Amino acid sequence: MAARGRRFPDAPASQVACIVLMKRAAALSGRQVPLLRMTKMIDWINQTSRKLPEWPLYFIGFVPAAWLLWLGVNGGLGVEPIRTLEQTLGRIALQFLFASLMVTPLRRFAGLNLLKFRRPLGLLGFGYVCLHLATWLALDMVFLWGQIVEDLTERPFIIIGMTVFLLLLPLALTSTRKWIRRLGPRWQTLHRLIYLAVPLAGIHFLMQERVWTVQLIVYLTLAFGLVGIRLIWMRRRTAR
Amino acid sequence: MAYRYRSPLTYADVTPKHIYMNRRQLMAGSSALLGAGLIGGHARAQGALEPNSFEDITNYNNFYEFGTGKTDPAANADRLTTDPWSIEIDGLVDNPGTYSLAELLEGMTIEERIYRLRCVEAWSMVVPWNGFELADLLTRVGVQDGAQYVAFETLVRPEEMPGQRRNILDWPYREGLRLDEAMHPLTILATGLYGEALPNQNGAPLRLVVPWKYGFKSIKSIVRISLVADEPEATWNMQNPREYGFYSNVNPNVDHPRWSQATERRVGGGLFSGRDETLMFNGYEDEVASMYDGMDLSVYY
Repeated sequence: MAARGRRFPDAPASQVACIVLMKRAAALSGRQVPLLRMTKMIDWINQTSRKLPEWPLYFIGFVPAAWLLWLGVNGGLGVEPIRTLEQTLGRIALQFLFASLMVTPLRRFAGLNLLKFRRPLGLLGFGYVCLHLATWLALDMVFLWGQIVEDLTERPFIIIGMTVFLLLLPLALTSTRKWIRRLGPRWQTLHRLIYLAVPLAGIHFLMQERVWTVQLIVYLTLAFGLVGIRLIWMRRRTAR
Repeated sequence: MAYRYRSPLTYADVTPKHIYMNRRQLMAGSSALLGAGLIGGHARAQGALEPNSFEDITNYNNFYEFGTGKTDPAANADRLTTDPWSIEIDGLVDNPGTYSLAELLEGMTIEERIYRLRCVEAWSMVVPWNGFELADLLTRVGVQDGAQYVAFETLVRPEEMPGQRRNILDWPYREGLRLDEAMHPLTILATGLYGEALPNQNGAPLRLVVPWKYGFKSIKSIVRISLVADEPEATWNMQNPREYGFYSNVNPNVDHPRWSQATERRVGGGLFSGRDETLMFNGYEDEVASMYDGMDLSVYY
């Protein structure tokens, strides 16, 4: 307690706890990482990211999609490229959504300020959801509208997948500064839909698997964990 | 009893290797043309039985003993020792015992069967198997009265089958057929494909092939065959009886609870391969439908 008071007079308790934990883990693994160096590193990341523009992220974020398309056209996606493309796009979508949901916990626990990248990360996630959906419609279902309508009305995992898309759509549309200003405090309420969309996307993933795989468990843990943290925070806030 | 079924195609129809190796690129090249025709498309009716390439057949496998990914078996199955190999034949038979693979193959006529393979996951391929009729083996070991079903088991050897180190399925993998299904001329035990020894990822050295049923019925790397009186346990049926029935005949009219079985994707055709209509009994209706006369196939799925 005394050490905390001396070194980080302004740091929130959770952040200090996190740094202390990281230091302990480093000590246990045999590598001594001085606490000071850790905080310096975080400061450096914060200062550098403040100088960096966020727009290049949109281009970098679509590199995997371009790479997949290139592989697909050149026969590099294996024996069943449609399935590989569809599933990979879906997983990348989830990865970006997870990344966007990690921005706040990283700030609270580690003092990392990456807030400016949250919108690009979320929009990239939505972009990959759109590519995933387009792959399903055009390449997987080849516009077999009869079967598509049947799937959309009878197959729970397809219904859930489409629900995720419909939940994310208004978030993407209202992501501009203009909409943030226009909606005021309602914007934040609206954007809590992400807390519904991401676990549903996890369930959508789960429902097309035939057995439990490590990959599936990791995705489900992140999908529910990142939203679970928010529920704990919200409960604490109302308890106070 | 060999040669009871003749495939409409012979080896002469198999695509030469240098051509099928290039086919994927050709497909990709023609994709732009195809793309224009896709809007408002419909599933194609199935065409001729042109086999998939050796590369397709050996790099897209469901063989959970070697991992759950489609390319895991190709990556991991080389660890499997298939020689020596023995098969236990027991239950209601005249000549029970442990047979070495060579003993078991004695007197069996290996022939080629070009069959459709339809996976329960709604993809398909065409495979030129080499094998012999299961009926020939069963006749040789002597099926006793009272035997109604044939049960099969896959090898359990976690040190060589990394997928078995986790309980993703209840090992050993088990499957079963009704005796009349097992004796049917279409039912074979395969020992090779494309005229070569069966690759490990395809179920070496001995696997079942039942072409009118979903692929998971065609159990791989068999070490035990039992003649039994009651319906035996089957792995996927035990895992999820609502989704995988004991019969698991290919049927476009009975959907999997989570997805449609009306159409399928013939793998190996690139990004624009689209979908084909799934055929009743996977196209073997004329040969096998009579075995299920009077059965409600939506109940006995």
